Amino acid sequence: MLSDQIQANIERELKKYPADQRQSAVMAALRFVQDEKGWIAPEDMADIAAYIGMPQMAVFEVATFYHMYKLKPMGEYTLTVCTNLSCQLSGVNETLLHLKNKLGIGLGEITADGKFGLREGECMGACVDAPMFTINNKKLCGRLTGEKIDQILAELSAGGQGGKQ
Amino acid sequence: MSTPIIFNTLHFDQPWTLENYLKVGGYKALRKVLAEKMLPEAIIAEVKASGLRGRGGAGFPTGLKWSFMPRNYQGDKYLVCNSDEGEPGTCKDRDILRYNPHMLIEGMAIAAYTMSVKTGYNYIHGEIFEAYERMEAACEEARKAGYLGQNILGSDFEFDLHNHLGYGAYVCGEETALLESIEGKKGQPRFKPPFPATFGLYGKPTTINNTETFASIPYIINNGGQQFADLGVPNSGGIKLFSVSGHVNNPGNFEVPMGTPFKTLLEMAGGVRGGNKLKAVIPGGSSMPVLPGEIMMDLNMDFDSIQKAGSYLGTGAIIVMDETTCMVKALERLSYFYFEESCGQCTPCREGTGWLYRIVHRIEHGEGRPEDLDLLLDLCNNIAGRTICALGDAAAWPVQGFLKHYRKEFEYHIEHKRCLV
Ligand SMILES: Cc1cc2nc3c(=O)[nH]c(=O)nc-3n(C[C@H](O)[C@H](O)[C@H](O)COP(=O)(O)O)c2cc1C
Ligand code: SF4
Ligand code: FES
Repeated sequence: MLSDQIQANIERELKKYPADQRQSAVMAALRFVQDEKGWIAPEDMADIAAYIGMPQMAVFEVATFYHMYKLKPMGEYTLTVCTNLSCQLSGVNETLLHLKNKLGIGLGEITADGKFGLREGECMGACVDAPMFTINNKKLCGRLTGEKIDQILAELSAGGQGGKQ
Repeated sequence: MSTPIIFNTLHFDQPWTLENYLKVGGYKALRKVLAEKMLPEAIIAEVKASGLRGRGGAGFPTGLKWSFMPRNYQGDKYLVCNSDEGEPGTCKDRDILRYNPHMLIEGMAIAAYTMSVKTGYNYIHGEIFEAYERMEAACEEARKAGYLGQNILGSDFEFDLHNHLGYGAYVCGEETALLESIEGKKGQPRFKPPFPATFGLYGKPTTINNTETFASIPYIINNGGQQFADLGVPNSGGIKLFSVSGHVNNPGNFEVPMGTPFKTLLEMAGGVRGGNKLKAVIPGGSSMPVLPGEIMMDLNMDFDSIQKAGSYLGTGAIIVMDETTCMVKALERLSYFYFEESCGQCTPCREGTGWLYRIVHRIEHGEGRPEDLDLLLDLCNNIAGRTICALGDAAAWPVQGFLKHYRKEFEYHIEHKRCLV
């Protein structure tokens, strides 16, 4: 079942599109589920398909095509690090090393307490702020240094929002 | 520097508010269009005179594109803004969305009036959620103030604009993949023709422009096309936003006239980091062929100058590499990107990008073979121009550019199994 909040959010999105084009809201619907539950399970895709009125297979295709959907748990806070060229030139390899050491995990992994997950991302369209990561696809933290990373991780561990930008 | 045109609100604490946009003459152009009941042909003529060419990478003349929309079509038509900026190095549209969202709204409203469109979508790159929220708020603000919605500014003109958030797929920047994505599907490019002007979003006539293209419109209407054209150089009208990233002291987005020397932009970005020597520059986003630093230092940033030197102005994203850069490693990362982002529809792109990546990868990791370089070029020839969309070319061009100018470095890698730098 999609929560009341998710249903309300989907309804708001549906208003953007012609009444006979409900499928246009599927990307947003998947995002709302992910924001609430942390990741998207096959049952969620089935719920979305039923709610929007589209084949389950079509929801699955969308969920697997776009990289930012998480189809398995990736920690309470998923940090996605851009490793593309501008970021590589600006020292993202050191950023990654720092993160891996600090969290004790590699790319695609989650910390034992389930708090943090680490992912590699492609160009975020913010290259002049390299190196950077996003937190849960929401907050973009740029011009990272070891010190800044430590501060953000500490804030997140304490339950804060992490890294004002 | 003269007063900025697109970054004209940056001096405010909150550059993005409607209040501040109005202080710098915001929505005056839309007001003029509606009050004078300007004829669509007259608007298109101004846009043509401005020399404005699409800022999304291909540089197609905007006025001409607008004239393709069927005028007397009965039924829905759509206007789409491409803010899916994800071409490595490029991050100028993000600053328009964050800092001057109302200029984009005004530009789109004028375009909608010109092509009699009632509904627009702004497709925003998934990773810049804060920019999406900023746009959502700006559209709401514009609706409340009567710049969007029905009876805009008391006229009978109606236009509403909605934001659609992408979710991590570079190929959705390609205009027909983007339309598929708004329709709630996988972002796989369509065969062209038919072009979007006849068969676009939901199968209806659609015009797609880049964020910066739309943001250039209010100035053109306020000051006339000729004045915009005169800011730039022949064949490259107006001003342009350049993203300068990589090995510079002060990476950033800079608004300058078309035809500004690269040298000047490099200075604006604080010069090469640590006083290092400039080695190479990608002048227009990661897909454009790389050029050696010495060549760049004599070039001006406009369509013709860059093309004469063997590359393209593209999105105007300048990636600077200093003497410490290993060109094999740089190309390896780019080739991985195109491999990862290929939508898989066409065999030359799906298979070819994998081949390119694996070969550059093995060269970088000391397992390259002497015949690999010719194999790479051969593969490029079999990808470029043989695919549904330009992502195939985008994957081949960097390989060709890197090998053209830095072949020795690749040979050294193959022979000595390590870096020259
Ligand atoms: C793989 C690929 C990615 C693209 N990405 C973008 C993009 O992020 N933003 C953009 O405006 N155009 C992008 N384009 C170009 C668009 O297809 C289209 O030409 C452009 O949005 C038209 O707007 P313009 O005429 O104002 O430049 C891309 C093209 C390809 C082939
Ligand atoms: S060129 Fe590549 S990205 Fe474009 S349609 Fe073909 S497979 Fe897809
Ligand atoms: S290359 Fe990392 S944000 Fe663009």
